[in-house]
Amino acid sequence: MSNGSFLTPTKTARGLGSAKSGTAHHVRQRVSALALILLVPWFLFAIINAATGGYDVARAWAGQPLNAALLILTAGAAFYHMRLGMQAIIEDYINRPGSRGAMLILNNFASLGLFVAVALAVVKLIAAPGA
Amino acid sequence: MSRKSSGDLRPLSPHLQVWRFHATMLASITHRLTGVALYGGTVLIAAWLIALSTGREGYLALQAVIFSIPGQILLFLWLAAVLFHFANGIRHLIWDGPRLGFTPKTASNVSVFNFAFAILGAGALMFAASQY
Repeated sequence: MSNGSFLTPTKTARGLGSAKSGTAHHVRQRVSALALILLVPWFLFAIINAATGGYDVARAWAGQPLNAALLILTAGAAFYHMRLGMQAIIEDYINRPGSRGAMLILNNFASLGLFVAVALAVVKLIAAPGA
Repeated sequence: MSRKSSGDLRPLSPHLQVWRFHATMLASITHRLTGVALYGGTVLIAAWLIALSTGREGYLALQAVIFSIPGQILLFLWLAAVLFHFANGIRHLIWDGPRLGFTPKTASNVSVFNFAFAILGAGALMFAASQY
């Protein structure tokens, strides 16, 4: 597809080109999606196995290094992917500059905070397996 | 094609109101909706792991919530949202990468498949988990 006809001098006047960080955002969204295609089926299978076995089974499962590594990878890819997705949604629907900025910042804080909470829980579980 | 009042000649995508209702537009809306829902869903995953790390009592308290009827409904909805976003996400990658599946008929069929996959898959997983 030729983009030539879409390019107008408007972007120069406004200082807003159509291609700023959009392409990088698009690629990152897809690369994290590729990671999740591998991680999510493992996660569903593992979490069902762990959660149906009761406390001791779940605890022993989370205490294994491979499971802990995959859990942190899954959380990392998922929180990154959802941060990017929510950013696109906020940019699409929230037009007031103040609210938009506030929500974009909140999105960063929430996704990063959740990731740290999950990672810390996993680290704690592997430090004391079967406690 | 709609135009912005500022005289910007760059094309805008058609607004929701001018779309005829069809499976692929529903799949597109559902993709975004399930994305937002899963954002909230990760809080549940975090809660499960944190409860597990706090010890037996905390875990049993959370387990009681999960195995209650509202908990099971929430779990089913979460699973269906994961499976839909997963299947429809793969379709997005096929659209972007090899650029396949754009004809309206194919797109529509894949959309219907994704909905069926999500609902039947979530039901099957809930059933499989209940057989332990």
